[in-house]
Amino acid sequence: MSELSNKEKAEWPLWEVFIRSKAGLDHKHVGSLHAADADMAIENARDVYTRRMEGISLWVVESKYVHASNPDDAGSLYDPANDKIYRHPTFYNLPDEVKYM
Amino acid sequence: MDAFKQHFDEKIDKELTIEPKDWMPDEYRKTLIRQISQHAHSEIVGMLPEGNWITRAPSLRRKAVLLAKVQDEAGHGLYLYSAAETLGISRDEMLDQLHTGKAKYSSIFNYPTITWADMGAIGWLVDGAAIMNQVPLCRTSYGPYARAMVRVCKEESFHQRQGFEIMLTLSNGSAIQKKMAQDALNRWWWPSLMMFGPPDAESPHTEQSVRWRIKRFTNDELRQKFVDVTVEQAKVLGLTIPDPELKWNEERGHYDMGPINWDEFWNVVKGNGPCNKQRLDTRRQAWEDGAWVRDAAMAYANKKAARSNKKTAEAA
Repeated sequence: MSELSNKEKAEWPLWEVFIRSKAGLDHKHVGSLHAADADMAIENARDVYTRRMEGISLWVVESKYVHASNPDDAGSLYDPANDKIYRHPTFYNLPDEVKYM
Repeated sequence: MDAFKQHFDEKIDKELTIEPKDWMPDEYRKTLIRQISQHAHSEIVGMLPEGNWITRAPSLRRKAVLLAKVQDEAGHGLYLYSAAETLGISRDEMLDQLHTGKAKYSSIFNYPTITWADMGAIGWLVDGAAIMNQVPLCRTSYGPYARAMVRVCKEESFHQRQGFEIMLTLSNGSAIQKKMAQDALNRWWWPSLMMFGPPDAESPHTEQSVRWRIKRFTNDELRQKFVDVTVEQAKVLGLTIPDPELKWNEERGHYDMGPINWDEFWNVVKGNGPCNKQRLDTRRQAWEDGAWVRDAAMAYANKKAARSNKKTAEAA
């Protein structure tokens, strides 16, 4: 077991990969990979995730810097939006004569 | 605990995906780690029988295609290892399990690739069987696994087509070439059927896995589907499936097939196939020979980071 944990220390860090599939679109998460540093992460991402013209731009972020919300908090985080339908344009009744609004 | 379990079951029933940070039963996590890592190992070991022919491909076109295919397998392995890592196992731990023989990989890769026609048969039959298994997994319940499978499936269909094309070219070639294609089909047919795993009656985990949507069809269902489509494809090639009992069953609407030699299957699983030792030795050696590269890259990255930290400190 101690041998294993030594080996694990030598493991290259994990990176998350984001790809912009074409000009004008957001970068989107596509997966992850291991690399020793950012340059290698971009090179590996190119080889692993863009072999078929999947993108024109890559972002890599070391996974340990990604902070995520807790799924157990989903209720308290997102439920309050449910009763605020007045945030949507369809909430408002306008006379038919009003155009382009 | 029971409330967590109930919430989990409800999500499964509603066809919702389970994500890495969601609560899940230990057994679900364990089963997934086993299944996904086995799948990843199969992709990586699967590179070896085909790598055998890259330098001897009969034309530059075939060589480029085979190289691309083997590179894809490496990519598939990486997608899958990454998916398994989201369940809390490290990459090195998985590789260790492969190298010590604790983890299994698909038995099909323990057969040798002795002629060029084997590249055709592998693409057509082995990748064909893999696709049959993998397409339903694009809707599996664990999100990272399902998303990895979507990528894999998109890429896999080129693999099957290039294999079929090799078989077609050989089948339309000289008598010797056609014989070579038939010989490859004879050797790969039964091992390909075994790829779907033991019969349902002897597959104790199937029921639970189907319940969890880790599996969407049983081994026998998928095997039948594979036989039904592949027999028709063999007709196009003008080749004979090496099963004298193969017969269309009007009543069932499926092909009936002869008995599978499960003793052979278990024997290969236990490590006694023609190439088990060779495959594992090659993997272990690649891992050990690459150790200095992994260490050097990490040392270089650490040094570079330290230098840039020092510079920043001095500037401040």
